[in-house]
Amino acid sequence: MPERVATGAADDAGGAGTGVDARAPGTSGGAHGGGKDGGPEAPAPPEFPAGRAERRIAFARLRDLALIPPIIVIAIVGQMVNSVFLRADNLVNVLQTMSEIAVLVLAQTMVLIVRKMDLSLESTCGLAPGIAAWLVVPVGAGHGLGLLPGGWAVPVTLAVGLLIGAVNALFIVNFGLNGFIVTLGMLIVLRGILTGISGGQTFFHLPESMLYLGTAQWFGMPASVWVCLVLFAVGIVVLGFTGFGRSLYAIGGNVDAARAAGIRTERVLWTVMVTAGGLAALSGLMLSGRLASVASAQGEGYIFTVFAAAVIGGISLSGGKGSVFGAFTGILLLFLIQNVLTLGGVPAQWIGALNGAIILIALALSRVTGGKAQD
Amino acid sequence: MDPAPPVAEASGIVKRFDSTVALDDARIRVGQGQTHALVGRNGAGKSTLVAILTGLLTPDRGTVLFDGEPAPRPADRDAWRRRVACVYQKSTVIPELTVAENLFLNRLDRGRLGLVDWGRVRRDARDLLEKWSVEVDVRLPAKDLSIEQRQFVEIARALSFGARFVILDEPTAQLDAAAISRLFHRVEDLQRQGVTFLFISHHLQEVYDICDTVTVFRDARHVLTAPVAGLPRAELVAAMTGEAAAERRTVRHPPGPERATALRVDTLTADGSYAGVSLEIGAGEIVGLAGAAGSGRNEVAETVVGLRAADSGTVQIAGRRPRPGSVPAALAAGAGFVPRDRHQQGFVPQLSVADNSTLSVPHRIRSRGFLSARRRDSLTRSMITHLAIKTPGPELPVAGLSGGNQQKVVLARALADDPKLLVLINPTAGVDVRSKEFLLDKVEETAAAGTAVLLASDELDDLRVCDRVLVMLRGRVVATMAGGWDDHELVAAMEGVDLDA
Repeated sequence: MPERVATGAADDAGGAGTGVDARAPGTSGGAHGGGKDGGPEAPAPPEFPAGRAERRIAFARLRDLALIPPIIVIAIVGQMVNSVFLRADNLVNVLQTMSEIAVLVLAQTMVLIVRKMDLSLESTCGLAPGIAAWLVVPVGAGHGLGLLPGGWAVPVTLAVGLLIGAVNALFIVNFGLNGFIVTLGMLIVLRGILTGISGGQTFFHLPESMLYLGTAQWFGMPASVWVCLVLFAVGIVVLGFTGFGRSLYAIGGNVDAARAAGIRTERVLWTVMVTAGGLAALSGLMLSGRLASVASAQGEGYIFTVFAAAVIGGISLSGGKGSVFGAFTGILLLFLIQNVLTLGGVPAQWIGALNGAIILIALALSRVTGGKAQD
Repeated sequence: MDPAPPVAEASGIVKRFDSTVALDDARIRVGQGQTHALVGRNGAGKSTLVAILTGLLTPDRGTVLFDGEPAPRPADRDAWRRRVACVYQKSTVIPELTVAENLFLNRLDRGRLGLVDWGRVRRDARDLLEKWSVEVDVRLPAKDLSIEQRQFVEIARALSFGARFVILDEPTAQLDAAAISRLFHRVEDLQRQGVTFLFISHHLQEVYDICDTVTVFRDARHVLTAPVAGLPRAELVAAMTGEAAAERRTVRHPPGPERATALRVDTLTADGSYAGVSLEIGAGEIVGLAGAAGSGRNEVAETVVGLRAADSGTVQIAGRRPRPGSVPAALAAGAGFVPRDRHQQGFVPQLSVADNSTLSVPHRIRSRGFLSARRRDSLTRSMITHLAIKTPGPELPVAGLSGGNQQKVVLARALADDPKLLVLINPTAGVDVRSKEFLLDKVEETAAAGTAVLLASDELDDLRVCDRVLVMLRGRVVATMAGGWDDHELVAAMEGVDLDA
């Protein structure tokens, strides 16, 4: 912007493609180019400084990898703190601990890229397996109803997740309500439903099918780690290399331009919200399986870590920016730091405070290195 | 005339928005290979016609033909895109995506497995830009392009859909002189390759530079279509301006020369907006700052009241030099301000008339450290009487008032602290004729009481109350008109043409 607008009254939060009138015409002189009646002068070759462009392109590509150096630094520090850190079982442990929340990060990343928000993911992560457990766990063991055989648990979990996503989409896309408020409402409602059906207690005696993802080992690694890595790989391919994925960026960057280019924006938004709900349910399934229970507070407070990881990973809260890989490095960095702190003997009670500090430092660093305010 | 049917022809177009008639039996005929200019003052109906020609609006009556064939159905965007393309002032690229992706949005090349083949997309994008000689690296994010590069990319994208008729909506408004000359060069190149242009501009000189035919709209109607070459500038300006409006008001008596200086602006420069602006206004004097949209007049006025900060130069209000870029400092120095868009900057719609009109003068309604509702209402009542604001009382939310009365509330606030300098931007935009007269009368009355007035506008009616008018063009003051100026002269100066040429 050529000058400072003191009040920011003309500032459009949207940013993309708006605020045209804030940029006024050039000042390089009264009349332009040519003489009064003649044609314009032979134009000077436009200055497109090739070197600078190359550098900008290189920088744009590197932004995806911005968190790799910090991750390496953390690895070195971690190894110095405790030689256990780089051992395979420790790293797998980190991956397993983060796998459930990482799936939520993947869901939130898609939602943020289309410039929406979904706070209700953390409740979905608890409610979806909660409903399944409620219907499946036999009477007598806690609050279970025992209405369905155990095999139904997984389909029910996923269906609840998709349904919640659909409700969110209905409110946000069709009624045009603000995504933050809608999903905040959903967050509270869903949490309340889980507390209601469980009587505030924890479901135990889950069927085998619900435990599988959280306990099975595939090729020497926990299944949940595989699921998480495969989902991210799919996310990278879909968002980077399919027309559907690119339309997410177009919608988040400039929804009018996307519509003008023939993208069915509402359909894409529906797909994203519903998929996010489904992923949150899957994440809940993995978590319940690992813990062999569904607590009434399952997933509570996750959403803050999810947002922090996405933003640190380069996803913009104002849409259209960031990559799935970046989001993955964001959540990985947070969990590696946490692991190092634990190995370093930092009391568990202090880890929360340190986590918050790390998020703030990471944001400040990305501001300094990126040269632009995080938004 | 031409053997080939016109590339685009609209005739008998009528378009109404509620009670306003945006186009009334308007027509235009753009021949093959022409560069056709469409000019007209604000509100002449140009934007509406562009929206109709690009299929974004459906006319209430009238027909649109492309190459002699009826226009496609409104829903068939692809068919429209093959016939006509428009490069708007407002960007239609997606800033975070690369140039290549923007060019092929929603039609990216798929390779095996149905995945996007980025290599081929980039290659196609490079070929496309090369074909129309646009030198931009297709790997750059679109947000890194200059406005000029962005326009070239949008033109290339438009042509890639197969359209050979391109509408350029005020393409030069945000460009500097060198970029404009490059744009014109490009337009001439493309014209030689068979592309037809409809060129919308506020700067008549540009029309003479690159267009061969010009169509003038005025007050929603078609006024004139003529070859540019044979058209004297004075006639073009007259067509845009219409009959010289009847002399509305008696010529004011400018205050005597012994008056104190209320505003002194010295070589004010802000990169990209205006440069080297100097002016001086004495107490009781009304000075107009005229210019087309984007001429920098609003920016200068906003700098005076601290809404913006200049890069260099000084603003002195009543002998004091308020901190640049600070509205409170400017107000404290004695300025009152009517901002350019009352809905965006003028008032808070849910707040009452009383709250709005006293928003900037809490010290006037304070009683023992607290705001006093009694004082506020009595101050507001005196303003309501003074400005004849039609409201049942001070409590009514401003949103419930008519446009003219809303603007009066904004003026009331500007006058609330008896300013030494009153700065107004487009003070009568969107108000009815009676309120307009009234507001301008009040401005004169205020000046008669010794307040200096700076009035930034492109409305001739507004400018008529001024003792003198400074005309801005592309960020510079290009002319000063003493009172009693001629409408045509002023319009010509604002549009950047020389009547004697």
